[in-house]
Amino acid sequence: MNKLFTNLMGWVDARFPATETFEYHMSKYYAPKNFNFWYFFGVLSMVVLVNQLVTGIWLTMSYNPSGEGAFDSVEYIMRDVEYGWLLRYLHSTGASAFFVVVYLHMFRGLLYGSYKKPRELIWLFGMGIYLCLMAEGFFGYLLPWGNMSYWGAQVILNLAGAIPFVGGDLVQWVRGDFLISGATLNRFFALHVVAIPLVLVALVFLHLVALHHVGSNNPDGIEIKKNKGPDGVPLDGIPFHPYYTVHDLVGIVVFLAVFCAVVFFFPDGGGYFLERPNFEPANPLKTPEHIAPVWYYTPFYAMLRAVPSMFGSAFPGVIVMGAAIAILFVLPWLDRSPVKSIRYKGWMSKVWLGILVVSFVVLGYLGVQPSNGHTLGIGNTLLAQILTVLYFAYFLLMPFYTSIEKCKPVPDRVTGGSH
Amino acid sequence: MKKFILFALLALSPLAVQASEHGGAELLHAPVNAQDKVSLQNGAKLYVSYCLGCHSAKYMRYERIASDLRIEPKLVQEYLMFTGDKLGEQMNTHTDPKDQAKWFGAAPPDLTLEARLRSPDWVYSYLLGFYEDDKRPFGVNNHVFKDVAMPHVLADLEKEQTPEEFKQSVGDLVNFMAYMAEPIKAERERLGVFVLIFLGILMIPVWFLNKEYWKDVK
Repeated sequence: MNKLFTNLMGWVDARFPATETFEYHMSKYYAPKNFNFWYFFGVLSMVVLVNQLVTGIWLTMSYNPSGEGAFDSVEYIMRDVEYGWLLRYLHSTGASAFFVVVYLHMFRGLLYGSYKKPRELIWLFGMGIYLCLMAEGFFGYLLPWGNMSYWGAQVILNLAGAIPFVGGDLVQWVRGDFLISGATLNRFFALHVVAIPLVLVALVFLHLVALHHVGSNNPDGIEIKKNKGPDGVPLDGIPFHPYYTVHDLVGIVVFLAVFCAVVFFFPDGGGYFLERPNFEPANPLKTPEHIAPVWYYTPFYAMLRAVPSMFGSAFPGVIVMGAAIAILFVLPWLDRSPVKSIRYKGWMSKVWLGILVVSFVVLGYLGVQPSNGHTLGIGNTLLAQILTVLYFAYFLLMPFYTSIEKCKPVPDRVTGGSH
Repeated sequence: MKKFILFALLALSPLAVQASEHGGAELLHAPVNAQDKVSLQNGAKLYVSYCLGCHSAKYMRYERIASDLRIEPKLVQEYLMFTGDKLGEQMNTHTDPKDQAKWFGAAPPDLTLEARLRSPDWVYSYLLGFYEDDKRPFGVNNHVFKDVAMPHVLADLEKEQTPEEFKQSVGDLVNFMAYMAEPIKAERERLGVFVLIFLGILMIPVWFLNKEYWKDVK
């Protein structure tokens, strides 16, 4: 049997780099041995991506992308398709889970300077993935054709309408109609199930190719390739397979337990994963009382609302919202620190990262609150304005505080690790 | 880790806010229990008798009620199917929505998903919230839904029963509507327990496999 397998692999390897690829990416890919809790979220993103692709494919088998049939077909999936309810809840919960793990994955990058030289391209591909996810979420949200789907898309599309001169025509071109209609739903379906996933999967591939080319960063921000043994293997590196495959399995099982607890016991997510107004079909004549985007966009939505309109146009808000995402792309060139990891950076970097996290989370909270309300005794709009300034300050002041602060000496070898 | 916990707490904090979103009046707590088959059966009977005349439940099939609520299909056909002919049919009403709009001012909506759209507590409070008001066309108004077009359909039932019995009946009706909005709920929670037990058991070999490999990493 073993000989047969060796012969078979020999035959394949002469024609396709199967063993070579496996070794390059798994069994001879040396990852730092000191990965911690934060390093689970990369592999978890892959798990959720696979979940979204598989459940998505099966959902399309019963979904009907038309203004007349979409809402009914979702209920058909929920009631008449065998395990259709499970496919749908896995997909709808998966969308929120995707953003949870990706936000934590990005936070890990900020924490340990994983975006810094030589990993700038990994960060850029990752940001491309993040943009694709936001697009997937936006297009996919319209598909159930619930009333919040309709009005959410209406609000977001109208943002593009705020662009001077071309806005109105642009929105009409995107909608394919004078208002959001079956035509819009059909093109959103095409983008959601074909166009964006193709780009997304390609970017994930590039993200991993770039990562495996330069090697993984670690909580100490030390390049393990600088300390190699006589055999050319990094002294602080261990083969990804089997060490991190078995290690990640633990994280995956824990994640699945949390994920399944939501899917089976709280699929509505308290009205934040599946919103109440989406249990009635899209109705252009009936605006939901309180329109808020899904939770994963709310930090940016809060920034949009925080910016006052100028000359009767919401365009400045749109620019600020766009800039909040765009500024993440240039992060690798804003950080002037000689060290990567927060462990060895000065106090200013730590304080600013804390400020960023608090601003982002509180902005996310404000994004689902009415803008005329109050939080902690401060008007929501004023609070959102302050936090928006702080969010940008983290990035814009980074070249200064990272170059003037005093860093701690970085050890030659990684610390901690074996667990 | 601390930041993660903070993040998780803040991510969940809006859940607390959700409860306060309704039109002013305090909502009563609806006695929803997906396991209580007797209550669900009574609710189905009430829905068919009092609601289905105007409000369709077009995503709900009679057959599903028979199997989920453990009612003999024959009995369903005999006592519940006033508007349908075949057991596999959906619960449609035979009234023309255009006529309904003429009679009431607005066409009565389909109620299959009402309990998920508004919440069972809302429906319960609404059905118990009618009071006499001479200014309205049907002589009634509602605490929860001001100037609603719907008459107090359960008025006869309210007269026949004691206040306690009436509350119980409305509770059963709302329980049925909650079931109808998501018929799979009981089954999904039953399955969920096994899925979590499976993952708990799977954790054991996975944990020891990890431990076994990592013991050589210095």
